Amino acid sequence: MEKLRVALVDEKTERSSDLEAALVAEGYEVVARLAGSADLLAQLHGLAPDVVIVDMQSPDRDVLEDMQRIYREEPRPIVMFVDESDSESIRAAVSAGVSAYVVDGLKSRSVQPIIEAAIARFRAFQALRSELEAARSSLEERKLVERAKGVLMKRRGLGEQEAYDLLRKTAMNRGCKLADVARQLIHAAELL
Amino acid sequence: MSAHDRPELRLGFTPLTDCAPLVIAHELGFFAREGLRVELSPEPSWSNVRDKLAAGALDAAHALAPLPLALTLGVGPLQEPTITALSLGLGGNGICVSLALRRALDGVDAAGAASPAGAGRALAKLVALRRSRGAAPLRFGTVFPVSMHTYALCHWLEVSGVDPLRDVELRVVPPPRMAGELEQGELDGFCVGEPWSSVAVRRGIGVILLTGNDVWSHAPEKVLAVPLAWAERNPAVHRALLRALLLAGRWCDDYGNRPELARRLARWIDAPEEALLPALLDALHPSLHAFHRFAASFPWRSHAAWMLAQMIARGQLEKPIDVRRASAAVYRSDLYREAAREVGLSCPLADEKLEGAHASAWQLPSDGAPIHMPPDRFLDGSVFDPADVVRYLSARPFCAARFPLDELAAAQRS
Repeated sequence: MEKLRVALVDEKTERSSDLEAALVAEGYEVVARLAGSADLLAQLHGLAPDVVIVDMQSPDRDVLEDMQRIYREEPRPIVMFVDESDSESIRAAVSAGVSAYVVDGLKSRSVQPIIEAAIARFRAFQALRSELEAARSSLEERKLVERAKGVLMKRRGLGEQEAYDLLRKTAMNRGCKLADVARQLIHAAELL
Repeated sequence: MSAHDRPELRLGFTPLTDCAPLVIAHELGFFAREGLRVELSPEPSWSNVRDKLAAGALDAAHALAPLPLALTLGVGPLQEPTITALSLGLGGNGICVSLALRRALDGVDAAGAASPAGAGRALAKLVALRRSRGAAPLRFGTVFPVSMHTYALCHWLEVSGVDPLRDVELRVVPPPRMAGELEQGELDGFCVGEPWSSVAVRRGIGVILLTGNDVWSHAPEKVLAVPLAWAERNPAVHRALLRALLLAGRWCDDYGNRPELARRLARWIDAPEEALLPALLDALHPSLHAFHRFAASFPWRSHAAWMLAQMIARGQLEKPIDVRRASAAVYRSDLYREAAREVGLSCPLADEKLEGAHASAWQLPSDGAPIHMPPDRFLDGSVFDPADVVRYLSARPFCAARFPLDELAAAQRS
């Protein structure tokens, strides 16, 4: 299997060199250690890493966020490392499921599962994203989703947004397409 | 519960002049007098502020005015219902360009470049000229995709005849690095909160072409963002926080206090006191920072609606929403009134107003004496009616909405 390519964005060079050693020992390829700079985006774009790891205390977080917008066609998972004091609550947000970020301190042993979790979550998020795009462009699927929303609103007394969120969440939990969940729901509703 | 037992509140802030009410409430005891124990947590990025609010790592934060809307609607990677019941102030931004860009603007239209109203006209000529020569698009810095900086910059470009998403390149740059990137030629201009335009001017590498007030006079800027779940669990603490910040904002607004304010702020912001003074003492624009006057602390739902219209026009919102309903859910003027009355401040009677409709000073009806209000014009003289967002957007020269406007019209039920 090809080595995963990781880029580090951290102004604290001592820490990032420790992390680089830990990552290399875990079998990753560290393509660059960057401090924040004006051409950070261009550098990252050129390096095309599989994962970007950034210090949560870095102002470059906003720059990286913008990268996801500029290079929409090739977004990267971003893993954030935060102070121990913040990690618990941020982890709670991450486990809520929407974010592509995973956080922890810099203990080398915990690095690998974090990165793998970040990539997995990111891919799930991306898949959901592209599926939502596809669903939008497909009128047929869109109608299904609209009808399923209607079923939920009527039967469970939900608002439109709540109904949509429930469908989305169910699709994500089951790892299947939004339209499939909608179709199943409509069939089930016809039987009841 | 006595102050002693009460848990410490964590308040996030970003080092900018307009975090003043938080710093003053902390240093001069406005929090303590409300029985609050507060820890101010400096945040290096708006992404951090957003993530920590969503995660509950901050109880409340000094935040970009559109941030609670974006977080509630899921514009960006996270979604968490978030509200604001307090504006932390109006205005404070500047659009600053490099000396080279200023010279180039003078070259195409010297009269235009010299005035805030004409600078955009000069820019449009320059953009057209550069395109005909095959030159790279000009690059402008802003602080976050979802910010008044982005929206003011885009509004200025748009009304000048420049498509903000195609004719120029917009880049997010951390405010303390704006001046440096202007100097290195990485940016041709930027829109940023004070003191960072003044820092560029003081270093002799940039010129303030126009202020945020020239684009939209006394525009919303920062708010106190609070997760809805926290506000619902802690209504009394939230009200105490609002009372402390309302009184601190009134203190900051007093020009007699502004030199002391600059001195105190300089310790929290990595910028010299002298760089803070021009904006605070009106050397850049009259009343560039309003913390209390002009109903500056009131969370106008019409401000929220304008920002939602910008999110739609810039393609940030993925699907149609009921703009007025979203504005009312996030901009909680009802909670503002509860707190303001407890400290004897009079409150506007309405939750919305026509934005941009006043060419001269006017009187705002309140539950006490009328509130003196300034002119509130947009650069292009447009008027924004929060009840008719669709018509407003139909009239914009460049609208990059990701859905047809009739779908938006169908979603307006309030």
